[in-house]
Amino acid sequence: MDLYEYQGRALFARHGVPVLDGGVATTPQEAVELAERLGDRVVVKAQVKVGGRGKAGGVKLADTVAEAETHATNILGMDIKGHTVEKVMLTVTADIDSEYYFSYLLDRANRTFLCIASTEGGMEIEEVAKTAPEKVVKTPIDAGVGVTPEIAGQIADQAGFPVDLRDQLVDIFVKLWDAFVAEDATLVEVNPLVRTPEGRALALDAKVTLDENAAFRHPEHAEFEDKSSVDPLEQRAKDADLNYVKLDGHVGIIGNGAGLVMSTLDVVAYAGEKHGGVKPANFLDIGGGASAAVMANGLEVVLSDPQVKSVFVNVFGGITACDEVANGIIGALQMLADRGEDVTKPLVVRLDGNNAEVGRKILADANHPLVTEVDTMDAAADKAAELANQEA
Amino acid sequence: MAIFLTENSKVIVQGMTGSEGMKHTRRMLKAGTNVVGGVNPRKAGQKVDFDGQSLPVFASVQEAMAQTGADTSVVFVPPAFSKAAVVEAIDAEIGLVVVITEGIPVHDSVAFWNYAQAKGGRTRIVGPNCPGIASPDKSNAGITPADITGSGPIGLVSKSGTLTYQLMYELRDIGFSTSVGIGGDPVIGTTHIDCLKAFEEDPETKAIVMIGEIGGDAEERAADFIKAHVTKPVVAYIAGFTAPPGKTMGHAGAIISGSAGTAEAKKDALEAAGVKVGKTPSETANLMREIVKGL
Repeated sequence: MDLYEYQGRALFARHGVPVLDGGVATTPQEAVELAERLGDRVVVKAQVKVGGRGKAGGVKLADTVAEAETHATNILGMDIKGHTVEKVMLTVTADIDSEYYFSYLLDRANRTFLCIASTEGGMEIEEVAKTAPEKVVKTPIDAGVGVTPEIAGQIADQAGFPVDLRDQLVDIFVKLWDAFVAEDATLVEVNPLVRTPEGRALALDAKVTLDENAAFRHPEHAEFEDKSSVDPLEQRAKDADLNYVKLDGHVGIIGNGAGLVMSTLDVVAYAGEKHGGVKPANFLDIGGGASAAVMANGLEVVLSDPQVKSVFVNVFGGITACDEVANGIIGALQMLADRGEDVTKPLVVRLDGNNAEVGRKILADANHPLVTEVDTMDAAADKAAELANQEA
Repeated sequence: MAIFLTENSKVIVQGMTGSEGMKHTRRMLKAGTNVVGGVNPRKAGQKVDFDGQSLPVFASVQEAMAQTGADTSVVFVPPAFSKAAVVEAIDAEIGLVVVITEGIPVHDSVAFWNYAQAKGGRTRIVGPNCPGIASPDKSNAGITPADITGSGPIGLVSKSGTLTYQLMYELRDIGFSTSVGIGGDPVIGTTHIDCLKAFEEDPETKAIVMIGEIGGDAEERAADFIKAHVTKPVVAYIAGFTAPPGKTMGHAGAIISGSAGTAEAKKDALEAAGVKVGKTPSETANLMREIVKGL
């Protein structure tokens, strides 16, 4: 889960990392109240989980409360790369002497954590790595040892941070590491980390990604969940404990197992090339043991997407027996009809593996007008794409 | 032969007395796996009946190993307790621990993997979030359905469970030496490269299927390894060509971030290493069938 800057900033503050005084506003009125409290100059920043907001006009300086109100009014509701701005963050400003880059992140390849530090901050670190690789210092962090003041000092020295800032930086690096571990983060990034003319070190930005697998030991992270920016169908699927991702095509996809569903998206997209370019409408993994209830919930979510013109149910019976899946599908259609849902979109079902023959026979016997059973994944994808193209 | 898991493997189950543990222990036994006991400190000393076969429950992995000579552990312990379970297995210096559990925090996976290395790397970790290892007709450690296919000359390594089953099913006329599900998490114990190396050294394995998916650069690194060290034919399949960037596709590790982790980049790297890459599971199976015909 990626956090908004204001959430990351609050998290930094909680762990003692120096940040600028500020707050978050969802209306111009709230922005005015904040600006009055903060006094003097403030910066108004759009809160979106996408880069390039400065260029899009989502970051503005305000010298007066009236200016802050104007900027907040303009920025709230703004569209930045498809993200609507629902909140703005206001902070006091700081004079900047130098900008640095600092982060801790998960290093998948080496199965450890990595610290990246650079005296060239304020821009994309990937760019710095390309133009001046010698200025990007990467330090693997031993998860068993963590970041001690000694290690933090070595990082500061290797990266070439100014000596007079060393004590402050060591303190910040240790506290950021504490935050990284304590919050189960996979990324903690400060860009820029700045030095003020008075010689203070401050975190002026906060980019944090939290590990959702660790949610069970962080009930307090629930507050970071942002239901307003989540697609309503995705939220509905999440509430039903389904693994669903909304896409923008017309063929609804339901399958068991993340890899198989991902593969199904590809096969449908390829098949769609022959059928007017139709594409998958979603990713939905119903996992193992597809009971009628789970299948019904899945079907309900997929069918309630108005973009969906046909649905492809692609199941490989591993642990799950295909006869149970077939009963699940028929039961689900019945259940949806009982719930008063108007089910009119065609379903293409492919069953393979454990008890596939029995499952196919159940579907054939049920002879449901909306259900077409096709024996292979490729042929079923083709059929589903063809149907979606006809309906579209 | 097979890799990692053979007919001689003695298997214990950590979390055997839980519902998933019970269900899959029964399946493993049915598949012919030599399951010799389970571990649960709160139920130590008890016996659990599996269709007439009675298995002892031990207080610790160490005790189970001492009493039974177990060399493999399969972990079904819930995410909150998985790290402790794996660390216990590492401390007992068991040779192989297969972590089936889905949803383990990545800080925990990093911790137990690095702990295993610090302890001298005597314990091979497979997973987490994986279907386990199946050496058909010999042994099955995990949740891979045992009745899809019999033994044969193909070795398979995959990040995904059901895609593994799909490919095993499509190639059931040929059969498999071992199928290793390495798991879909960002941090896993045994990698594609570890499996490729083992398959290369395994006389029974004549050709290798590798299944990857978007996210990370494990497939690219595997391609480099294949180029330098693998003489057996390799066929690959990558899932997620049409996945949009920034969206996690089910597996915690399956996400395209920026320009990294795309299926296209993985395919290009593999093809540059002489690997044939199928566009779909069926095409991948056909590529393998052609190769096996020519062996």
